[in-house]
Amino acid sequence: MKPFTYERAASPAEAASAAARQPDARFIAGGTNLLDLMKLQIETPAHLIDVNGLGLDKVEPTQDGGLRVGALVRNTDLAADARVRRDYAVLSRALLSGASGQLRNRATTAGNLLQRTRCPYFYDTNMACNKRRPGSGCSALGGYSRQLAVVGGSDACIATHPSDMAVAMRVLDATVETVKPQGATRTIPIADFHRLPGDTPEIETVLERGELITAVTLPKPAGGTHHYRKVRDRASYAFALVSVAAIVQPDGSGRVALGGVAPKPWRSEDAEAEMSRGAKPVMAKLLAGAKPTEENKFKVPLAERALAAVLAEPRG
Amino acid sequence: MKFDTPAATNPIDRLKIVGQPLDRIEGPLKTTGTAPYAYERHDVVPNQAYGHVLGSAIAKGRIASMDLAAAKAAPGVLAIVTAENAGKLGKGEYNTAKLLGGPEIEHYHQAVALVVAETFEQARHAAELIKVQYAPAKGAYDLAAPRDKAKPAGTDDEPADSAVGAFDGAFAAAAVTLDATYTTPDQAHAMMEPHASIAAWDGDKLSLWTSNQMIAWSVGDMAKTLGISKDKIHLMSPYIGGGFGGKLWVRADAVMAALGARAAKRPVKVALQRPLMFNNTTHRPATIQRLRLGATKDGTITAIGHDSWSGDLPDGKPETAVMQTRLLYAGANRLTRLRLAVLDLPEGNSMRAPGEAPGMMALEIAMDEMAEKLGLDPIEFRIRNDTQVDPEKPERSFSQRQLTECLKTGAERFGWSARKAQPKQARDGRWLVGRGMAAAYRGSPVIKSGARVRLDAKGTVTVETDMTDIGTGSYTIIAQTAAEMMGVPLDKVVVKLGDSAFPVSAGSGGQFGANSATAGVYAACVKLREAVTGKLGLNAANAQFADGQVRSGERSIALADAAKDAELVAEDSIEFGGLDKKHQLSTFGAHFVEVGVDAATAEVRIRRMLAVCAAGRILNPKSARSQVIGAMTMGAGAALIEELAVDTRHGFFVNHDLVGYEVPVHADIPHQEVIFLDETDPLSSPMKAKGVGELGICGVAAAVANAIYNATGVRVRDYPITLDKLLEKMPDVG
Repeated sequence: MKPFTYERAASPAEAASAAARQPDARFIAGGTNLLDLMKLQIETPAHLIDVNGLGLDKVEPTQDGGLRVGALVRNTDLAADARVRRDYAVLSRALLSGASGQLRNRATTAGNLLQRTRCPYFYDTNMACNKRRPGSGCSALGGYSRQLAVVGGSDACIATHPSDMAVAMRVLDATVETVKPQGATRTIPIADFHRLPGDTPEIETVLERGELITAVTLPKPAGGTHHYRKVRDRASYAFALVSVAAIVQPDGSGRVALGGVAPKPWRSEDAEAEMSRGAKPVMAKLLAGAKPTEENKFKVPLAERALAAVLAEPRG
Repeated sequence: MKFDTPAATNPIDRLKIVGQPLDRIEGPLKTTGTAPYAYERHDVVPNQAYGHVLGSAIAKGRIASMDLAAAKAAPGVLAIVTAENAGKLGKGEYNTAKLLGGPEIEHYHQAVALVVAETFEQARHAAELIKVQYAPAKGAYDLAAPRDKAKPAGTDDEPADSAVGAFDGAFAAAAVTLDATYTTPDQAHAMMEPHASIAAWDGDKLSLWTSNQMIAWSVGDMAKTLGISKDKIHLMSPYIGGGFGGKLWVRADAVMAALGARAAKRPVKVALQRPLMFNNTTHRPATIQRLRLGATKDGTITAIGHDSWSGDLPDGKPETAVMQTRLLYAGANRLTRLRLAVLDLPEGNSMRAPGEAPGMMALEIAMDEMAEKLGLDPIEFRIRNDTQVDPEKPERSFSQRQLTECLKTGAERFGWSARKAQPKQARDGRWLVGRGMAAAYRGSPVIKSGARVRLDAKGTVTVETDMTDIGTGSYTIIAQTAAEMMGVPLDKVVVKLGDSAFPVSAGSGGQFGANSATAGVYAACVKLREAVTGKLGLNAANAQFADGQVRSGERSIALADAAKDAELVAEDSIEFGGLDKKHQLSTFGAHFVEVGVDAATAEVRIRRMLAVCAAGRILNPKSARSQVIGAMTMGAGAALIEELAVDTRHGFFVNHDLVGYEVPVHADIPHQEVIFLDETDPLSSPMKAKGVGELGICGVAAAVANAIYNATGVRVRDYPITLDKLLEKMPDVG
């Protein structure tokens, strides 16, 4: 771990401006991912800005009937919130399927969106990795790729985004609220928040330098029956091979987003138009252009079968 | 004490304390976090500095250059040890690769440097500043590739090949045959406590607080590695947070701590960081196994052949996966062969039930497949081919062999008769349900073991032996043995373990520890009883030790009185004199498993597990049960998830942390039941006991595999049985 300096920010805007001033600064909230990566010399920030004291820890109703989730709301608290459980059950279920109770107690809403990949080559600093050391190459291509992306990847990177929560946020059409170093705020649709790797896999979101997430907002409830089906090798405490977040309306229409298959939560409105016709046509569109490896090609039929199982469930 | 005739009736047979399901005597220390594990021994020596190991970034080749300047200049750094400055080092008898690499590199993450600093964080940071230039060389990393070049390889105890009758002809002529190939992957011990040591020098004397299963072996290998004499080394390992065979040997933590302490002139502590554990240390090697079975139509095996290929570093050992096939089933014509290929992956070595654990993973699927071909129930097929003698050497009988009883008891308790022999017949909602079984088999070797026993004026009995407790319950069964022998309650016994100042014991490994070490304590207690009766002027021949008293005829004297003037001390070893050669000492069992397989996703979840064990006298049914359910859990991992993923380009295990190398979590493990059959084995030792800690894993994975087949009709012969291997053949969804 590289030595670093540390400060506690006094307000979101000050945190953003401090981050813009300092080269190699990172925000730290729960620290459940960042600290591990620092210990392994994968993240090497020179300066940490602790945002835990900023008070962004409330879940509040919005004027248009949605919920505004503060950036620092812990995963445990968000999953347990009565309004979330009632109106956004897919989010609660996704959260509870992730990590462990201890980690969820610390992990925050914003931090969860910013989790870094669990690609094993990203985690081994002896190995080439374009995400960790831009331009060094991708060891995962042609290597051990069972967990990695089947769609949305590039010749530079086939890492997946590991979050469960983000998949639910995507299916709920959440928006990400931020504050920039000069104090300006903006709202980013979750669909646009994560970037595909292209030839710059080290850039994972559209956040600008210093820009701080202050909240994630959920639009008014979508109704329907909520599902989060996470498929994994062991029953708990494992990242998804494939996960399906779905909201199914009584008429069979609905929404679906996939986790574990791509560098970001994977959803297309195109594919959703096929929902009432079943899993096969949905997946034909959603995973069109998939380029799996020999080791992870099973994810394509697995995703279809998992969605089919979800669609076979009773509708509300 | 020489043990060369069958055990007669002795004080252990009273079973007032031995054989009782007692709590662990060290349990409160562990549950309150006060048991002193190696890395946490802050109190044993002042001024401890911290060491951090740097592992090689390549699997094979040479270090071209090392630049230590930045690391040396980093804050807090006290010393840096490399092969260049460490002085001449030997290699331990039990090590295949060197524990400090350079300039030659033998495997990935082989230690190439240790940075010693005032704090752990400083040592870690400085280690990252070391710049190493490597000259990589081409290595062999894929077991399947050099398989044809593999050479016959046995071990000290087992020949590479064994043959009886004429296998080829008998197999060709058999009415029903099976010829199938199975693979098991490399597996990691993945114990909770990593390898960890604190080393301190006092002149030329080394004190080493470490985490190690075999004290005497490791004193020897530390001496050999450092080039000093064994009597200069004091090694202590009283508590061990899991070993599973990974801590049978001295590893880099111990050697590097000793070298670091010498260089820094201060005590140094080193724990192998988790990402190093998988490639720096040893692992269970992958196997490719070919099973050929031939039988008559009524299910009598006439030909049984088992070939196993594994790989290891040059001068390494084979995974002896054919061991059980030499002994488990009858059959007139037999052939087993071990082949070893040279691989440049990290060192392969013992992991819980080496040989039988992966061997049974293959053999017991083959038996299931063969039973199906024969149209026989798999239990009936096994019973038909049971034997009471060593099938290769019929003049040797088994000391005890209750395989058939285990199978029958298990079948009844598990409700086996309700199982549908035809696959894909049972469904419970989204789950395809299946039941499978396998036999369990593991040898039960015995090893010379010593102990010292003291009696003080308060009547307290203190046992000292270098035996270790790796979470198995050694403390407790040793206390039970001494209490039973000396006729005192358990709380009058103090047990001190894991110290090279104590008599040499069997140690913990190969499931030989419990029986051998308690037999050593028995021997020492026999001597102490003689000393007591001598001191008290009682007739040793008819003296009874009970309730803290020694009785002989009309006289009854408090045991403590024997030590009122001076402590009484007795020391002895049990030495095994050939009964284990004349007879085969083995443990037997049966595993039963019910699984559910998600009809849509092919996720496999175990629903219940049962093990029936016949393993001699069970010294403590509670700690023995813990051993067996732990082993069943490990077997579940082997069946479903555990696999070190080999990168055959770079030559290393890629998933080298506990995120990537998944072991079962609580949610994976359902109700587990363990039944011990009544058994005493007078040929095994005066304790009449055997081991169970490894029996419990042998066969579990095959029982899971057979249950998955019963649920789905899909026969997977390549472990672990992950969902991708089932998915294509699962029924349509919806």
